[in-house]
Amino acid sequence: MAEDKLFGIIDPGLRFELTKFKLIRALFKSRWFPLIALIFNLFVFVIILLAGLLGGYTAGNYNFGIMIVWILWWVMLMFVLVPVFSRSWCMVCPFPLFSDWFQRGRLFSVRTGGKLNGLNLKWPKALKNMWVMNIGFLVTTFFSGFFTVKPLATFILLGFIILLAFLMGLIFEKRTFCLYVCPVSGFQGLYSQFAMSEIRRKDPAICQQHKLKTCYLGNESGYGCPWMLMPFDFKKNTYCGMCLECFKSCPYDNMGFFLRPPGVDLLLDTPREPKALDESWKAFIMLGIAMVFFTSMQGPWGVLKDMVRGATLKGWLTFISVHFIFTLLVIPAIFLIFAFLSKAISGNKEVSLKKVFVNFSYTLIPLGLGVWIAFSLGIILPNGSYILHILSDPFAWGWNLFGTANFPWTPVFTRSMGYLQGITLVIFYLFSLAYGFRIARMTYPDLQQARRGWLPILLFLTLVTVFFLWLYLG
Amino acid sequence: MRIKKILLSLCVICQVSCVMAISSFAQEDKFFEIKAKKFSYTPNIITVNRGDRVKIRLISEDVTHGLFVDGYGIKTSAHPGQDGSLIFLADKTGRFSFRCSVTCGEFHPYMIGYLIVEPNSRFLAYVLFTILIALGSILFVFLKKRAAESKAQNG
Repeated sequence: MAEDKLFGIIDPGLRFELTKFKLIRALFKSRWFPLIALIFNLFVFVIILLAGLLGGYTAGNYNFGIMIVWILWWVMLMFVLVPVFSRSWCMVCPFPLFSDWFQRGRLFSVRTGGKLNGLNLKWPKALKNMWVMNIGFLVTTFFSGFFTVKPLATFILLGFIILLAFLMGLIFEKRTFCLYVCPVSGFQGLYSQFAMSEIRRKDPAICQQHKLKTCYLGNESGYGCPWMLMPFDFKKNTYCGMCLECFKSCPYDNMGFFLRPPGVDLLLDTPREPKALDESWKAFIMLGIAMVFFTSMQGPWGVLKDMVRGATLKGWLTFISVHFIFTLLVIPAIFLIFAFLSKAISGNKEVSLKKVFVNFSYTLIPLGLGVWIAFSLGIILPNGSYILHILSDPFAWGWNLFGTANFPWTPVFTRSMGYLQGITLVIFYLFSLAYGFRIARMTYPDLQQARRGWLPILLFLTLVTVFFLWLYLG
Repeated sequence: MRIKKILLSLCVICQVSCVMAISSFAQEDKFFEIKAKKFSYTPNIITVNRGDRVKIRLISEDVTHGLFVDGYGIKTSAHPGQDGSLIFLADKTGRFSFRCSVTCGEFHPYMIGYLIVEPNSRFLAYVLFTILIALGSILFVFLKKRAAESKAQNG
């Protein structure tokens, strides 16, 4: 039906399988992929760590680690990797490489039979959600004034994460660290629900008939899902790390990599993959962090910059206290008021306030992603040219490998930056609205109730958009 | 229909007020003395009108700092005891960042101030656009779905 189409033109059920092309399928089924990309990435990370530890220049903009991680990687993540290719970063992330190696006892081939090395403990059931990642990521941002500008701080952060990933691999089963602890994992999982691609099984009948679930248990061709998903039946991108093991272990070639309309996961709410408070809070936290990052990094307020970079201990403690309270409590509290209004105006007495609150919080996913993309524009356009410098002189030792070490600082398209940020916000706001009313229909069984109940949420989304427009352009 | 009329009236009012705002600015010479110190400017926000001739004197209070104006593509720098200066015609409206163009320390990429050239029609246009989308969305939800309902009932 036309009214079920996004903006009246895009069918949410539309899929285009990329793995139907032999080359892509062969690549996905090969054990060399993504291993080869991962090893290359590890090489880059070694340079990042060395630059952080030994780099000869303390200002971040001339340091390889700072520029690659906080300018290039972050921007790529928000621009392309997450919105288009879902959790493709997890596919090539080197953090869990050493724990995988330890658990499997080998890097390339498949170990069949028997338990993986290590204690293989199960992660506590109460923590099988995003809460640890929520708090972990928020706490990491307390140190943003150090990590994003001081090479040694970046070295310490990355070194800590790599060490933690390894230690957790010794103790807990498979990719427990990636699933429930990695600070980068949570927001990728959240925003990958908006991604324009997905890995899913193709024909459900084949999976039903295949009694030995090799995608979950593994076989001689591939490991059972390291992310502990059931590839034959998962519906959301959130916890799929795109390791591609299911492509290798499926004897029927029944896994596919599909392009799809952005955001279709937002309409899912199944008993196995329910909409839940941990993901709601992730959406609030990301919005709060965007606000704090923008005001401290791209805003003109020196007093905030001094607080964030810890010019005084008192200022920094004030910053983390306000940031913590604002992000974890104030934003959700404001949203709760609008959720309460939604329920009150809808006239529905059966639906719980919690369900209204949780369901509608997913409308913040497209808008939040738009806010981050717009923020990233303000990072890459003025500062991107530093990358040419650090590629030629990664350790600031006076090298000029590619002849670009003396390339001058050249901000690009900064005249159009406001327009680009504005249009980005408006486009993602449109997606929030498009999915918002559909979520209202999911929340309230009656159409009239859904219409009325949608209005306060629409108002909230509009106010948030106008607020960020003011922040970026006003 | 009533809602459509209200929407249309709102558009006309906004456009007229924008035009009035644009035409009401008198052109002047504006002078600013901006002090640069790790990692901020004082004043951190300067506001002028379109057509104003802007003169900036940049004074560094600690190390060498620069001042590059986004959108205008012009820059100057100042050392302690040696000021920099900029003169330009504010012929582009909107909010533009001015940022340090000489690496001055760890937080250098984020040493930023704002130049606001009134009327900030870019911002106003986006806000108006957003509000129109919101109103349009309400219309769509309440009218289009109602039409679909009655169609389904008749069918």
